[in-house]
Amino acid sequence: MDFLPTADQLELQRGVRSLLDARFPLERLAAVAAAEPRQTAGYDETLWQALTETGVFALRTDLELGLAEAALVFEELGRAVVPGPLVGTFLSASRGAGAVTVLETQALPLLVAHLDVADAVLLFDESEVRWATGVVGETVASPLDPLTPLTEVAEVPAGRVIATGGAATRMRLEGAVLTAALQVGLATRLTELAVDYAKTREQFGRPIGSFQAVKHLCADMFVRTELARVAVHAAAVTLDDPTAEGAERAGSGAKLLADEAAVTNGRSAVQVHGGMGFTWEVPVHFLLKRAWVHATEFGTADDHAEDLALLL
Amino acid sequence: MDLRYSPEEERFRHELREWLGQVLPTLPAKPAADDWPARRSYDTAWQRLLHEAGYAGINWPTDYGGRGATPTEHLIFLEESERAGAPYVGVNFVGLLHAGPTLIAEGTDEQRARHLPPILRGDEVWCQGFSEPGAGSDLASLRTRAVRDGEDYVVTGHKLWTSYATVADYCELLVRTDADAPKHKGITWLILAMDTPGLDVRPLKTVLGSSEFSEVYFDDVRIPVGNRVGEENDGWRVTMVTLSFERGTAWVDQIVDSARLVDDLVTIAKKVTRHGGAAWDDRGLRRDVGHLAAEFDALWALTKRGVSEASATGVPGVSASVLKLRYTEARQRLMDLGARVLDRAGLSRTDIGGLAGGEFTEERINSLSYTIAAGTSQIQRNIVGERILGLPRER
Ligand SMILES: Cc1cc2nc3c(=O)[nH]c(=O)nc-3n(C[C@H](O)[C@H](O)[C@H](O)COP(=O)(O)OP(=O)(O)OC[C@H]3O[C@@H](n4cnc5c(N)ncnc54)[C@H](O)[C@@H]3O)c2cc1C
Repeated sequence: MDFLPTADQLELQRGVRSLLDARFPLERLAAVAAAEPRQTAGYDETLWQALTETGVFALRTDLELGLAEAALVFEELGRAVVPGPLVGTFLSASRGAGAVTVLETQALPLLVAHLDVADAVLLFDESEVRWATGVVGETVASPLDPLTPLTEVAEVPAGRVIATGGAATRMRLEGAVLTAALQVGLATRLTELAVDYAKTREQFGRPIGSFQAVKHLCADMFVRTELARVAVHAAAVTLDDPTAEGAERAGSGAKLLADEAAVTNGRSAVQVHGGMGFTWEVPVHFLLKRAWVHATEFGTADDHAEDLALLL
Repeated sequence: MDLRYSPEEERFRHELREWLGQVLPTLPAKPAADDWPARRSYDTAWQRLLHEAGYAGINWPTDYGGRGATPTEHLIFLEESERAGAPYVGVNFVGLLHAGPTLIAEGTDEQRARHLPPILRGDEVWCQGFSEPGAGSDLASLRTRAVRDGEDYVVTGHKLWTSYATVADYCELLVRTDADAPKHKGITWLILAMDTPGLDVRPLKTVLGSSEFSEVYFDDVRIPVGNRVGEENDGWRVTMVTLSFERGTAWVDQIVDSARLVDDLVTIAKKVTRHGGAAWDDRGLRRDVGHLAAEFDALWALTKRGVSEASATGVPGVSASVLKLRYTEARQRLMDLGARVLDRAGLSRTDIGGLAGGEFTEERINSLSYTIAAGTSQIQRNIVGERILGLPRER
């Protein structure tokens, strides 16, 4: 038993981090959010190309790595607040399409993120996964997250069945774990932002991070993130091991703890920033809004808590 | 990142399981919770059995009579023991996990030869005399004084919260030997025999109504200089050294136990009636239970991360404070959830109304101490904030 990431895994993660630090620093978020047309806001063609070339979406298909490595990479994508249909594209890597987005047909209203830049849509039904192209709908005028444009679809599109039964369950679970990894990345960055601000902002003649009320908010952010992180890693490793039991339980636990970490850390980070936290200029709100979006994807924390209870 | 155990680790687990299966049915019934002499006999008898089977001092180096097991084997040992319902380390806690390791790291050959074998055999029970009425979270402000007089230190003062003091043979004692030095620089670590004249041990009733800990008064208590561990005024460092023995296994048994209690809680919830249906029909309750189960699963994963880190580097890294904070609070929430399911049946500390609820009620009271003992939750948050995140200190 050695639950630490291996040297290769850490190197992969570091590689993706330095690529994203260089290509997609947080300062770019505001500009990307303001880009026209709004339906493609957030989609950065050259960044997407770079991620594709690095093999981010083809880790399993081309590089013969597992979901564990994917989780580490998705943490970095979350940490950098990379927009775009990341999870759907990863899950479709073997299908020879470009960007692929997701529609969960049980969740109403029927909303698809990033539809305008996607080549296809993965439709997640209760018991199967289908593949649809040519899906159209009405653009949502004011999406919560300016970097996650949404399209409302009038009715569930038809599509070709690509997975049923266990394979469909597995695909949904993988989607939940990868989304959870994005949330862990967001939670990590939110902790960094809050801690950095708490070290430099001074009031009453000293850094606000020396006040326990602020320090303990930051400590709780860290603790929440680390707990969610190991939950995601455990779920990914369990899914990678065909002999391991408890993948559904681990996946549900990971998603609910990661949702909680990202969303609660988002609120805490706003609080630590004071009035600045309520400005468009400070990037914290982009992270919180993304966390709110992910919290509705591949099952909410409530859904997973109940699913998990029924497995007990 | 690999959660699978190696064939050697599986063999260790298998042998241990076999042994536990043979030996546990031969144990006498557990003594009453407040009968401390009987608890001492029970816990030390178990320690003797572990010793005979080669499991005593599982994490101690073989040079000092331990098993020299790896951190992962230590994890397996605690996990399997808990699953099998084996006795907990109990009154041997301080000797095996604190004083013994301190002597291994800092004691003289003579001190080690004198104390380590009997600790391993269960012949010697230790307690910890660190906290005082004026020195809790701020331990380094302790004031119990030791004045050198020939070949003795003469100790005067007052210790508080000394667990197992009524049944212990020895005490790891922190005293102030230099009142003028900065507070961390005037402390000395001493071995105190609990039958030394001038000691007055007065049991304190805990919220459980029993006396786990005591007050200890010192009135010119003479302790030989040869009982000093480390140099005079170097006791703070000696105390900190013990922490390096912590290998990420601090809450293993309780996390395993919590997972079992979650399952038990589900069983009870399916049985009791609320508002015309089973309590388990309540979706809100199910979600809270599912949430808590996820948290204990994650704490278990975090434990494995800490143990892996200890295997690689010798220390469990950042997971120790994270674990203490989240585990202790989750455990308290579990007991509150138990109370929600049990409703009025939760008003008895023994099983009542045909429900196995006594354990939840008892532990609901007991777990109040978890966020206080061994560094309060507030102190843990300071540690995370300052030592891990690098936030400035208050003063
Ligand atoms: C069951 C049990 C067994 C114990 N066994 C032993 C034993 O065997 N040997 C031994 O030596 N000791 C033992 N202790 C003592 C234990 O270590 C202390 O209780 C603990 O360190 C807290 O100290 P205190 O009780 O003086 O509380 P205080 O330090 O007075 O704390 C009171 C409150 O103030 C808060 N506080 C204090 N300082 C700060 C700060 N800087 N920032 C924010 N908040 C702060 C605390 O978090 C707490 O909420 C035991 C305690 C318990 C409950």
